Amino acid sequence: MDLNANIPSGPLAEKWDNHRFSSKLVNPANRRKFTVIIVGTGLAGASASATLAEQGYNVSTFCLQDSPRRAHSIAAQGGINAAKNYQNDGDSVFRLFYDTIKGGDFRSREANVYRLAQVSNNIIDQCVAQGVPFAREYGGTLANRSFGGAQVSRTFYARGQTGQQLLLGAYGALSRQIHSGKVKMYTRREMMDLVVVDGKARGIITRNMKNGELEKHHADAVILATGGYGNAYFLSTNAMSSNVTAAWRAYKHGAGFANPCFVQIHPTCIPVHGTYQSKLTLMSESLRNDGRVWVPVKAKDERKPADIPENERDYYLEKKYPSFGNLVPRDVASRNAKEQCDAGKGVGTTGLAVYLDFADAIKRDGGNTILKKYGNLFQMYEKITDTDPQKEPMMIYPAVHYTMGGLWVDYNLMTTIPGLFALGESNFSDHGANRLGASALMQGLADGYFIIGNTLANYFGSTELGTVCSDREEFGEAKHNVGDRIHKLLKNSYEGFKDHITVDDIHKKLGLLLWDNCGMARNKEDLSKALEELPKIRDEFWDRVYIPGKGNDLNQSLERAGRVADFLEFGEIMIRDALTREESCGCHLREESQTKEHEAKRDDQNYSHVAVWEYQGDDKEPLFHKEELTFENVTPSQRSYK
Amino acid sequence: MKIMATIDLTLNIWRQKDNDSLGEFEIYQLNNISTDSSFLEMLDVLNEKLTREGKIPVAFDHDCREGICGMCGAVIDGVAHGPEKATTLCQLHMRNFSTGDTLVIEPFRSRAFPVKRDLMIDRSAFDRIIQSGGYVSTNTGGAIDGNSILIPSDKAELAMDAAACIGCGACVASCPNGAAMLFTGAKISQLCLLPQGAPERHSRALAMIDAMDKEGFGNCSNAKECEAVCPKSISIRNIARLNREYAKAAFLSETKK
Repeated sequence: MDLNANIPSGPLAEKWDNHRFSSKLVNPANRRKFTVIIVGTGLAGASASATLAEQGYNVSTFCLQDSPRRAHSIAAQGGINAAKNYQNDGDSVFRLFYDTIKGGDFRSREANVYRLAQVSNNIIDQCVAQGVPFAREYGGTLANRSFGGAQVSRTFYARGQTGQQLLLGAYGALSRQIHSGKVKMYTRREMMDLVVVDGKARGIITRNMKNGELEKHHADAVILATGGYGNAYFLSTNAMSSNVTAAWRAYKHGAGFANPCFVQIHPTCIPVHGTYQSKLTLMSESLRNDGRVWVPVKAKDERKPADIPENERDYYLEKKYPSFGNLVPRDVASRNAKEQCDAGKGVGTTGLAVYLDFADAIKRDGGNTILKKYGNLFQMYEKITDTDPQKEPMMIYPAVHYTMGGLWVDYNLMTTIPGLFALGESNFSDHGANRLGASALMQGLADGYFIIGNTLANYFGSTELGTVCSDREEFGEAKHNVGDRIHKLLKNSYEGFKDHITVDDIHKKLGLLLWDNCGMARNKEDLSKALEELPKIRDEFWDRVYIPGKGNDLNQSLERAGRVADFLEFGEIMIRDALTREESCGCHLREESQTKEHEAKRDDQNYSHVAVWEYQGDDKEPLFHKEELTFENVTPSQRSYK
Repeated sequence: MKIMATIDLTLNIWRQKDNDSLGEFEIYQLNNISTDSSFLEMLDVLNEKLTREGKIPVAFDHDCREGICGMCGAVIDGVAHGPEKATTLCQLHMRNFSTGDTLVIEPFRSRAFPVKRDLMIDRSAFDRIIQSGGYVSTNTGGAIDGNSILIPSDKAELAMDAAACIGCGACVASCPNGAAMLFTGAKISQLCLLPQGAPERHSRALAMIDAMDKEGFGNCSNAKECEAVCPKSISIRNIARLNREYAKAAFLSETKK
């Protein structure tokens, strides 16, 4: 597997300019001769669809929701980073680059991250031009707030609904192109397989979720913008339909999968409360700007929070990390919450929660000011938990939120399969071992609006592409295989429910296995056990799962089953990857690798690389490859937020 | 600390194979539902039960389950998204109901929203309204610096109030005329309140209202039912703004209809 990242030469700040100049172009009149398939309509997919169509390509865009406006980017709350330095507080492109690469614990590529910081400013301008109603100061200028892992105010926001507003901006741009006929939009379609012809990605097989029909679509390039795989854990902050299927199909056709064990556990989520629970809800980490995190000093303290006097509260983040306090990066906040709960100091009925207290902020700024900043988040919290965070501190606990791992891509965002690109959360490229808050929106839009347009032209301009139609045998074969797999999934459905189990039964089992053994803290023994356990769960799924309904019909149970089947395979490379990485870094603590003070210990000597996995066959172990990371412009330091 | 309470419910749920088939209510008894669970989690429990009984689960749309994607929605006892104000179905919690309650659960009904199955409907008409002009026509690249467009914070807030629409369709389902004027008015308002939307304000108003009519949505007669059920509390002032924009456009625009 060739893992040449194709990083352009020259000084860091000039690489992107140099690359754009040396890239091949496609003449405007010739662009209409190319067709591009884009899967997914989140920030990355919608922005790429709009931009490529504006440039003149024929675009076919697919989403599994009923409308392209619903992808899970819409749920991002807090904001989007940019190096505008509007606050005159010392920000710059280099500082945003440095914060992002340091936040990622020096496990990402310098060149990619620097480019991200460079285009961040264009994103804000673009979104303002679209009419995205960002928060404003009284004088009419754009407002900013601060976020975890940074000491400057560089986050732009639209109340607690920044993702929604940015996505609706991109959806508007996409809608304009649908209206003009340059984008053909396919809703309620799930990508079931990738079609590779002569070694290049040339199409996809989709299932029409309205009637179960399998469809063949051909193109000159395929772009995946299919999001992350957090739902492998069953409970996560992801939308119910978020899945790994498209990326997993690509992997099985030879696309390398990078750093699958890099999973971000978000520190501020509403704690788990029951077995019927279907998902976890995130409370934006912007709340940590004004909320103070604490637990009782005494373990198993069952008093109400109001009855615990100030001197019996442990504001552990402020104490341990005086310079960043409650705004330490997500991984540090999550791990410390777990540590407090493991020590018996957790609060709430389950003991798996810590307090996030707004009393001091309300006293300082007044209830109205705080409500203006976080009103909708407070409302959301009250709706779910039936308690008012103005009167009682919130209870929070970490939950699976974002996956930094994803399909390996080079500087051009192309996977190891020529013609197959991956954007946004579905690639691995920019966040290393930990993503900073307000950086996911930035990356999704950077990839879609400002990067893929250049790099796709370079691919088309430098590649011999013959004409390929969907009546070729590769398409027929792929469609046939998809049909077979659906048939296999449904094998128990003809006999009625007897000694069977449901898809959710298995998904919960898998989720628990991963959460317990491949979560925030990992060790060799548990990971090895999980690796033995997983195939048993997979076998149980294929033997005993019962799916009601038919394949050639609208069937939501079948849709879920297909995704869980892929998570069951994918979970294995997650665990393998975690086993292989015998260091603590970014979001995860490897228990064998920690300092005397129980802080994570990174091992740059042996693990300063991207781990890439290559498929070898269903019954064979995947091949492990490394892309070594080199740092010429920053010196990897042990992160310290003290 | 709160103790988990449970309730027992009788559910009257609309079952319909597709838009061409006749539908009917089916009755289900569902016990021991935690009052901390959401309405959709209650439906999950029902569907798991139906699956174990070898029956076909109830089809319903849902995705984010945090009240922002706009995919979920049903009419509960005659009210779109159920009894709690300013709440989507996924954020409606079972503590709003009591043991022994009978709940009538139906899809959002409107001529422009054909039923796909059970509680699942086709809202693509909304997409087509946006496609007709619900955006600022600007290509990627070449945008001027964000701070060179100054927008008073109260104007930005008003635009944000309108932009908060999640496109769920509850407004249409609860309108006696099946009108989509709150939905359309919210987008027209957002863009006419902001300077970026000014160049196209006339053509946008004409095109979007034309698209709305073509889809078979009705007109507003000030019943205000839409505002009452809107999960994002979008105000009907946005309909007034839509009417003003339309009137201005119809009289002043050079654009031929």
